[in-house]
Amino acid sequence: MRAKQAINDFVVKFANVNGTGSASANSLFAKSIFRMGIPVSPRNIFPSNIQGLPTWYEVRVSHKGYLGRRGGVDLMVCVNPQSMDRDVREVEPGGYFVYDSTKPIEPRLIRDDVNYIGLPLTEICLREYTDARQRLLFKNMIYVGALSALLQIEFQVLKDLISDQFKGKEKLISPNIHALELGHQYAMKHFDCPLGLRLARGGNIAPHILGIDHILMDGNTATGLGAVYGGATVMAWYPITPSTSVAEAFERYCARMRIDPGTGQKNYAIVQAEDELSAIGMVIGAAWNGARSFTATSGPGLSLMGEFLGLAYFAEIPTVLVDVQRAGPSTGMPTRTQQSDILAAAYASHGDTKHVLLFPATPAECFSLTVQAFDLAERLQTPVIMLTDLELGMNDCMSPPLEFDDDYRFDRGKVLDAEALDKLQGRFGRYLDVDGDGIPYRTLPGAHPTKGAFTARGTSRDEYAVYTEDGEAYVRNVDRLLRKFETAKTCVPAPKIKPASRPTKTGALFFGTTASPSYEALEILEEEGYAIDTLRLRAFPFTREVEQFLNDHDTVFVIEQNRDGQMRRLLLNESNAATREKLVSVLNYDGLPITARHIAGHIRTRLGGANVTSIARKRSGSARSKA
Amino acid sequence: MTYQRPNFRHPEAPVNTLGFTRRDYEGSISTLCAGCGHDSISAAIIEACFGLPVAPHRIAKLSGIGCSSKTPAYFLGRSHGFNSVHGRMPSVATGANLANQDLVYIGVSGDGDSASIGFGQFAHVVRRNLNMTYIVENNGCYGLTKGQDSATADRGSKSKKGSANPYEAIDLASVALQLGATFVARSFSGDREQLVPLIKAALSHSGFAFLDVMSPCVTFNNHEGSTKSYIHVRDHLDAAPVDFVPVRDEIRASYAEGMTTEVRMHDGSVVRLHKDSGQVYNIEDRQAALRAIAEHDEAGRTLTGLLYIDRDAPDLHKVLGTSRRPLNSLKEKDLCPGSKVLDSINAGLR
Repeated sequence: MRAKQAINDFVVKFANVNGTGSASANSLFAKSIFRMGIPVSPRNIFPSNIQGLPTWYEVRVSHKGYLGRRGGVDLMVCVNPQSMDRDVREVEPGGYFVYDSTKPIEPRLIRDDVNYIGLPLTEICLREYTDARQRLLFKNMIYVGALSALLQIEFQVLKDLISDQFKGKEKLISPNIHALELGHQYAMKHFDCPLGLRLARGGNIAPHILGIDHILMDGNTATGLGAVYGGATVMAWYPITPSTSVAEAFERYCARMRIDPGTGQKNYAIVQAEDELSAIGMVIGAAWNGARSFTATSGPGLSLMGEFLGLAYFAEIPTVLVDVQRAGPSTGMPTRTQQSDILAAAYASHGDTKHVLLFPATPAECFSLTVQAFDLAERLQTPVIMLTDLELGMNDCMSPPLEFDDDYRFDRGKVLDAEALDKLQGRFGRYLDVDGDGIPYRTLPGAHPTKGAFTARGTSRDEYAVYTEDGEAYVRNVDRLLRKFETAKTCVPAPKIKPASRPTKTGALFFGTTASPSYEALEILEEEGYAIDTLRLRAFPFTREVEQFLNDHDTVFVIEQNRDGQMRRLLLNESNAATREKLVSVLNYDGLPITARHIAGHIRTRLGGANVTSIARKRSGSARSKA
Repeated sequence: MTYQRPNFRHPEAPVNTLGFTRRDYEGSISTLCAGCGHDSISAAIIEACFGLPVAPHRIAKLSGIGCSSKTPAYFLGRSHGFNSVHGRMPSVATGANLANQDLVYIGVSGDGDSASIGFGQFAHVVRRNLNMTYIVENNGCYGLTKGQDSATADRGSKSKKGSANPYEAIDLASVALQLGATFVARSFSGDREQLVPLIKAALSHSGFAFLDVMSPCVTFNNHEGSTKSYIHVRDHLDAAPVDFVPVRDEIRASYAEGMTTEVRMHDGSVVRLHKDSGQVYNIEDRQAALRAIAEHDEAGRTLTGLLYIDRDAPDLHKVLGTSRRPLNSLKEKDLCPGSKVLDSINAGLR
């Protein structure tokens, strides 16, 4: 039988029962590969449940540095009898199936194109441990130990990671290493190690990967840390998967780095609110009063915050909201990923509203765009919604390191302090467009004894913040808000454009977690002779670079993870250069991250060779027919 | 529409100890119905802030939606205001207070705003003991939408159309007590003698000060059969008079010995309660306060005055352990840990 052969280029998937401690063993596996300098992207595919249901952990290893989901599984580690049927089916021909062989595997689960590797995990645990809890936990370490032999993970790397993990609890180090050794020894003794799939430091790793000192971090942690560096002092939130860890990270880093050294008091305030309405209300109240403040939520929370977002838009209050998207609508699939809040975020709330959106693609960008979100919110005096998703937020992602410039200063925007108010000639007009950019000047409560006071309100008002039902004043105001949105186009982060190797009229546009698998898919297609320029969108409203890109191409694939092609719709709505004919959707919305294979397949079918140069087509035609 | 008052100032208008005249505490001209109880409350707020005194720009006034929530436009024109969304003033006030604990926060709400759509936020702002004065202008009906019953309308009270309210009323003062409010008072918009000192005391309290002020709706709820009409409220009131003595003033003994109880606030000011009105329980006893409210209620009477006070409970800032420096005054050097720290965080992620 054919057995898959690959160095540093394969997909391993673990099938576990949730609540059995498998998560830390699986992440140890992923981290050991990362420590060997090999690009790796682990993802947790977990149920909305605490204990007893199937859960999976998929680890992609890619010497080329592809971090998106590839699709397919080369080696399945199945320690959950509940899911064994489907787990076996998922293995690619020539792949491997590692299972607990304490009980013989049922004949119906035997495929003749899969290599079976039985590890008597339960038997080893029964022999080695008397305590039930230990039997459960160490089973995970034993299979990681076995994999270290089967895939050639450097054992010292595993030992170092265990030592790091249990710093301060040294008693636990040697039992864990012992469990790893049990698995390692069993595999060495019973199988030809390594398998056809194996890991090797250096070797074939792409040079552009080796040039960067990567970190392994989840996006939510990076976002929480970004809020610390961005100067957020007030955070209000309500628990919701998958955004909860943003608040937790913010709190953890604040507790470390935001304690006043003189007094021991906190230079921050975090409130777990009674619901999302209250959370965003607190953020708006704090921002009105001059504190940088933010909240983090997911789809259902965004819906609840709608009314308040309209208020912040209309009353012009800097508001930062992080939406870690999950699969909707309604409760949807709370532990699965999607990019399906685009339209709900862009137009959150009734009436004519639009909001600034940011789309980070890596943890490093979660960090830097969170910092920037506060600047944009205060510069533009409006809500800024950063849209990430479960895939980026909750999974460890290999990322360039986080960067911060010590010369960075907050952009507090147009705020008149006491001194400026003293110099002010005439009456203060909170909503006067003094500079012609649509952005008025604001004052903070308590700033001046006699000047600058006004009432922020969600009701219509004139330039001096006085309530009015005068239609002309209303129109002047909402037209100014539109002018401000035009100004936003000049402040938001520009897209990242990557031209194909030869001139082309075909483009692809994507954002966030769709970027990584899209770049991979387009490299595959380029090898086949297709030429496609790419644009990675980083913000809404769309900047002139986006307009230019749409103008320059006849066909633009809009790749995203929702059913309705929401970004395509937003482009059709908001860009002058977008047309229905030009924009072609490539979609995935099953709750799992979109794969490079899916994207490449879709575009290949659509282009049907039309875009391919003749020589390249001949060469790639034979290569692809095998795949 | 909002009408601005003329800028004319009487040259000999009396000034308070901060040098402000009464006019400095006024707002624009009210557009509420003539005779609305809410306007009396606005006047009492002006009087209390002028008299206490608090500098107008050191006050922030917040509200939700409804007739009551329109009133911040009609007082304290030199204070920043925030007219937020329906039932959500408590969260906005919480955020504002977290950002700057040095200002005085006055929230104005109504019975629809606090007992219905905002009941959840009301409950939680009470629990958190946010340092603010929270006034509910309670008229038992929705005025702006023309007179529907609200959740504080008494069972059996008749609406203007003649139908009796079939549902149990929510008593916000009792709810506030049950949820741990640290200052609970009830008053009547028509009893300025009592209301002004109560607002002063509320503003001096460090923690959540709740005032439930019965404020009849002259247009939709002032008829026979309504338990929130001027006549009904006046006839069924058991008012316990209150005096407020600011820090600076010497306490003058104008009442007979043994007839008053004094409550000294943390800032040194004193609230004096008069025992001759039937308020005989210890107002630092939460259960006694709840019993007194219930007993009066059973007798078809409404007890007004300072009902309960806990002077020592920590407010939200103390609970959270936040810096004494207002959070909105902190700068980059206080807030950004810098690139060196970030480098070490990066190193820990490899």
